[in-house]
Amino acid sequence: MEQFLINPDCMVYDNHPVTLTGEPYHYCPGCGHGVIHKVLMEVVRDLGIQEEVIGVAPVGCSVFAYHYMNVDMQEAAHGRASAVATAIKRVRPQNYVFSYQGDGDLAAIGTAETIHTVNRGENILMVFVNNAIYGMTGGQMAPTSLLGMKTSTSPYGRDAASMGNPIKITELLAQLPGAYYVARHAVHTPNAVRKLSKAFKNAFEYQKLNRGTCFIEVVSNCPSGWKMSPVQSIDWIEKNMLPMFPLGDIKVPDPKTGNPVMVKNN
Amino acid sequence: MAIKGTIIIDTELCKGCELCVLACPQKGLVLSDKINLKGYRVVELYMDNCTGCVNCALVCPDSAITVYREKKAQAV
Ligand SMILES: Cc1ncc(C[n+]2csc(CCOP(=O)(O)OP(=O)(O)O)c2C)c(N)n1
Ligand code: SF4
Ligand code: SF4
Ligand code: SF4
Ligand SMILES: [Mg+2]
Repeated sequence: MEQFLINPDCMVYDNHPVTLTGEPYHYCPGCGHGVIHKVLMEVVRDLGIQEEVIGVAPVGCSVFAYHYMNVDMQEAAHGRASAVATAIKRVRPQNYVFSYQGDGDLAAIGTAETIHTVNRGENILMVFVNNAIYGMTGGQMAPTSLLGMKTSTSPYGRDAASMGNPIKITELLAQLPGAYYVARHAVHTPNAVRKLSKAFKNAFEYQKLNRGTCFIEVVSNCPSGWKMSPVQSIDWIEKNMLPMFPLGDIKVPDPKTGNPVMVKNN
Repeated sequence: MAIKGTIIIDTELCKGCELCVLACPQKGLVLSDKINLKGYRVVELYMDNCTGCVNCALVCPDSAITVYREKKAQAV
């Protein structure tokens, strides 16, 4: 190998950003939570705001996010992360505040908190990790599980008549006047990761404007809950998740007026 | 001549998920027979064609990969 390159001057990607504690993740091999933690914390490092960020961790596989993210963190009860983040932001408006939640947490048990936080236009960043399943508790059906998807509580596949359709909560939230910046991203390819990084950066920058809630959904994977290998889960995201949950901006500030506007086709 | 790069994999962090293998445009990574302390088979760089594009590091869920790339002036 090219030993002469191994020196700090030539380092172009550091796997130990100061904003991660360096504690090894407890996640299953290939789990998207690890990528999302890393991208979020790299953005905090790049913006130089490590001392000013306060995060709120959920209940779900990422319940221990505070062990990994090297910023001030608070744990919330299941579903209530955005309510806790609201309180923190109101008491400490000078800080950057984010919540981090899975689909069971944000779009099932926490639906009320989620909708009302965005409706109030709280000046926080809400990170929504959609892996279409309850990962932590053993792969039960989530509100976002796809039609026909087999889970431990929909063993014959999700059926719309008895279980409802997968909910696109991100599109619903974008309709609320309190939503300032709403986008859906993913972590299944290097380019998707680059775009997610840009979106997190935008969201922290918009938070300074005090104009409303920034909401970023990240389409992720759960190889264990989906009962497939990590590599197969990437293909499954492309073939099954993305047609239902298309990527891109949903609501963005107008460059001229700064007012949030819906992106066409949403 | 192509830009030269290389990577270092922290094999104790690697869980052998192979997402880096999938993401490498040079097809330079492979799941090896080596097993780490946690019992995972780990990935290694087996080709000499790495360009330091950082794709593997971006998708690695366990932050196991550091990437190095030659500076423009060093290119021959
Ligand atoms: C009040 C309460 N109800 C139920 C649970 C059980 N529980 C723990 S995590 C979870 C769902 C997690 O799913 P999700 O939010 O999608 O996170 P993931 O693990 O998929 O990242 C549930 C139902 C709980 N801990 N507390
Ligand atoms: S169960 Fe799913 S979401 Fe939880 S750590 Fe494993 S792969 Fe990730
Ligand atoms: S840096 Fe790019 S070329 Fe080098 S191993 Fe990683 S993905 Fe392959
Ligand atoms: S992506 Fe990371 S954890 Fe997965 S095999 Fe590659 S180096 Fe190991
Ligand atoms: Mg989930």
